[in-house]
Amino acid sequence: MSDLTTVVDWSRLQFAITAIYHWLFVPLTLGLSVIVAIMESIYLKTKSEKWLLATKFWMRLFGINFAIGVATGIILEFEFGTNWSNYSWFVGDIFGAPLAIEGILAFFMESTFVAVMFFGWNKVSPRFHLASTWLTALGASISALWILVANAWMQYPVGMEFDPDQMRNVMDNFWALFSGIAINKFFHAVLSGWALSGVFVIGVSCWFLWKKRNVEFAIRSIKVGAWFGLAGMLLTMYTGDGSAVEVTKHQPMKLAAMEGLYHGHEGQSLAAVAILNPDKEWDNDEDEYLFEIAIPKGLSILGRHDMNAFIPGIADIINGVDINAEGDTINTVSYAERIAMGKKAQNALRTYGEAREAGDSAAMASSLKTLKENYRFFGYGYFKSVNEAIPPVGLTFVMFRIMVVLGSYFLLFFIAVLFMVYRTTLLQRSSWIQWIAMVSVPFMWVCSEAGWAVAEVGRQPWTVQDLLPTIASVSAVPATSVIVTFWLFALIFTVLLVAEVSIMCRQISKESKKALS
Amino acid sequence: MISRIIGSSARGLKNIWMFYYTGFREMTVGKTLWIIILIKLFIFFIVMKMLFFPNFLSSNFDNDKERADHVRHELTNR
Repeated sequence: MSDLTTVVDWSRLQFAITAIYHWLFVPLTLGLSVIVAIMESIYLKTKSEKWLLATKFWMRLFGINFAIGVATGIILEFEFGTNWSNYSWFVGDIFGAPLAIEGILAFFMESTFVAVMFFGWNKVSPRFHLASTWLTALGASISALWILVANAWMQYPVGMEFDPDQMRNVMDNFWALFSGIAINKFFHAVLSGWALSGVFVIGVSCWFLWKKRNVEFAIRSIKVGAWFGLAGMLLTMYTGDGSAVEVTKHQPMKLAAMEGLYHGHEGQSLAAVAILNPDKEWDNDEDEYLFEIAIPKGLSILGRHDMNAFIPGIADIINGVDINAEGDTINTVSYAERIAMGKKAQNALRTYGEAREAGDSAAMASSLKTLKENYRFFGYGYFKSVNEAIPPVGLTFVMFRIMVVLGSYFLLFFIAVLFMVYRTTLLQRSSWIQWIAMVSVPFMWVCSEAGWAVAEVGRQPWTVQDLLPTIASVSAVPATSVIVTFWLFALIFTVLLVAEVSIMCRQISKESKKALS
Repeated sequence: MISRIIGSSARGLKNIWMFYYTGFREMTVGKTLWIIILIKLFIFFIVMKMLFFPNFLSSNFDNDKERADHVRHELTNR
């Protein structure tokens, strides 16, 4: 294995584990901040001390998660500069604005109002305190917006012009960043945080029920958590559908990988339960699945909202075949053509640089023209074969199903909890139901992380779709430095995670012994 | 009038200072969290950033032209 491949693989692994760790804390911040704001709003309206106690309890857990999670994302920015320098230079103008706004908003808005949230009880007016709580929640979501806009641009790069002198993509339309992919991604990610927080609140509250402590507080919290979580989950599913439509339009290879689909059809079914055939390649005649239970026309409905629409498979995309809404076969750009265009674009960039050094304006103009004509497939020029352009099908396929199955479970979970808490006393009486709720909590994190895996593994081999693959994005650094920092980082974040969980558990146990009702 | 403005600004700043001072002083579990935050920030920004995560392009090249030339070479010779 070449040193470059080792650098790429370890850099990818390091970035993945950093992002996974970071996302352990973020969705709980996004959702629990809103739950706390809702409870405080109820307190202000009812003046009931019970709601004040509930607000303060969940606010403390929010604070623990916020404190442990703060700055975990900064490591990702460090990695951009060290491991991914080609990528960060290439995209700098596009990433710079959203990340700068995120940093400024995160620092000023959240940290200002989070201080009022915790220090301001009895020092500021109740209305100002409530406003601060809502603004903390809003600040967290606005921070997430900028990160997700930047990530969405990686999936669908728009609103820029490549400058071969600066070697950067220069933003020429800021508002283009708010594409359909960005908007769906933002709402999908934030609302999934709402669902996660709902599960967390229910799980912790069920621990109270199991211990038979502060039962009234627990039931009150479960009601808020369940309604909030249900709303979050329904909206997450709605935006998930929107995301599928956008992925079908702009990243058809990702959708094909999510389905393990190699040869598409009109009225394409969706593999509800399936086992992929490990021998299947895009250019052989093996069956796609060893076993499949399909939902007829499901993928056409999901991807194009048209039960008879054609959904291309991996082989169709590579061969440049599509079928339009009228049923006509149309040719898109095959991968062989894209590789040829990409090589032309890269060669033009090389000759542009040489001409610039030689001061040959005519040659510069000629190279620039060729570069612009072929730039949209610039990244394909790095591939020796089309196989390099196919994402990891197995992992994308499995992660998609984990996300959907768990998401569906939690939809039923919220409905069941609401039924039990309003119509019966089953939740208070049954230890095994309380245990199901508690054990469900980590699975919501699995669901959430699986969603990110679909988005980011399905994006491979691209760091910027069609323009820059991972092989070209990494810095020319020794593999050993990446390996060392990987393990260093893994150790530090594991320690942080253990610290959070133990502080959180200790706090929950300590608070449970106080009167919260 | 100016002295009144200065006086009220100074009082305002003092109130903000006391708000944070008493807030931090009265923390319970917050103290542990702040210790964790400060240790974490030290490790991230002093240990990790300075020793293990130098910015590759800033460390190895003096100006944007050199960085752009390096990236051009990298992207056209991979």
